[in-house]
Amino acid sequence: MNSSSLVSISDLSKEEIMRLLAQARHFELNPNQKILDGKVVATLFFEPSTRTRLSFETAVNRLGGRVIGFSDASSTSTSKGETLKDTIKMVSNYVDLIVMRHFLEGASRYATEVTDVPVINAGDGANQHPSQTMLDLYSIYKTQGRLDNLTITLVGDLKYGRTVHSLIMAMRYFNPTFRFVACDELKMPEEYKEVCRQNGIKYTEHKEFSKEVIDTSDIIYMTRVQRERFADLMEYEKVKDLYTLHNAMLDGARDNLRILHPLPRVNEINPDVDDNPKAYYFQQAQNGLYARQALICRSLGIDIPQEPLSISNQK
Amino acid sequence: MSKQELAVAALRNGTVIDHIPPQALFQCVKILGIELLDKQLTIGNNLHSSKHGAKGIIKVADTFFPEAVLDRISIIAPDAVVNTIRDYEVVEKRRVELPDTVVGIVKCDNPKCITNHEPMRTKFAVIDRNAGLLRCHYCNHTVSSLKATLL
Repeated sequence: MNSSSLVSISDLSKEEIMRLLAQARHFELNPNQKILDGKVVATLFFEPSTRTRLSFETAVNRLGGRVIGFSDASSTSTSKGETLKDTIKMVSNYVDLIVMRHFLEGASRYATEVTDVPVINAGDGANQHPSQTMLDLYSIYKTQGRLDNLTITLVGDLKYGRTVHSLIMAMRYFNPTFRFVACDELKMPEEYKEVCRQNGIKYTEHKEFSKEVIDTSDIIYMTRVQRERFADLMEYEKVKDLYTLHNAMLDGARDNLRILHPLPRVNEINPDVDDNPKAYYFQQAQNGLYARQALICRSLGIDIPQEPLSISNQK
Repeated sequence: MSKQELAVAALRNGTVIDHIPPQALFQCVKILGIELLDKQLTIGNNLHSSKHGAKGIIKVADTFFPEAVLDRISIIAPDAVVNTIRDYEVVEKRRVELPDTVVGIVKCDNPKCITNHEPMRTKFAVIDRNAGLLRCHYCNHTVSSLKATLL
């Protein structure tokens, strides 16, 4: 794999994460720059996604680059039986960077092995989604003024939810305390609890989304129970409505608490939370633009100034 | 020789693979590709083993196996011991060795793994030698080597 690709958040060191966050801040202050002039980026979305694709494409456009690609594999030669390898090799002839989402797990890792063009993984099945993790980290950093020593509560689908798994991997550098709130069917897999133990990360597991858990959290990270991750639809129906956040549940919460959600939400956050200043999920999505601008420039080897982030910069 | 003992001629030249888990024996036979071999062949299973309780054993005359084949044996029979016999003497006795990386041997049992959909070689890192745990290089799924499907 070429080192300018990004397949998993675990590919990044702590120093690299901190540098990318400071660069994201630079882009937040200066979102429009012509630094990708003459560059062509492919967005290959073998699985539909609105938010991630639009956010990557906006990131390129605002930096003056051009985008080619597709948002649905059915309109490509994949539907004629072309292998992923051949598609990647063909596209590599045209572009400077490939941003790829695929429904199969490991597809991005494989793509980096068949091309010299850098590849950014924009999600591969239930496996990895590192640009989401970067925007989550940026959102946490911006709202809390730090990444160290925070209490982070993860709620909902902790079994299949790749965003929560990647968040654990990224936060292992920053001494967090995790709360895992999930029913038995969707609880945190053993391998991620093992990661916590190996890295000395404190965690507790809860079946109830209780007042005590909410009132002692700095970040509550809600997730959607995703139907497409279930082989058995009966199991999905049983668990999909178990954890919903309502505004009244936040009465005793800490002032610095922020609610995050990778979106799209269905009914796990009641709309009455949206007007609460602690709701941060829409700004979180906006932060994705800046985080992705930083990642794109990293992969293209473009040096970007870093802006320090202080508490007064919060919004 | 008492009637309770099995008459198996000692090998003059060949290979004895010992300490195979009973459930892996016939898969080992398949991996070695000795079903159609015209050499003298002895296969025993569920024999007494002081180490493991029961074991399988394979003796093949005038045949020696390449490393690549023994690597495959190491996936399903990590404790197997390979004895090389020349002129009735054991000239080499060694355990098979599970390599650090297992390439092109084991199938990933995650149906959504890219390796099950593309014409490509699988690749696993051995993450726990004692428990026989392999992690897919592509989808990060963990596979138990003893239960693995071999390609």
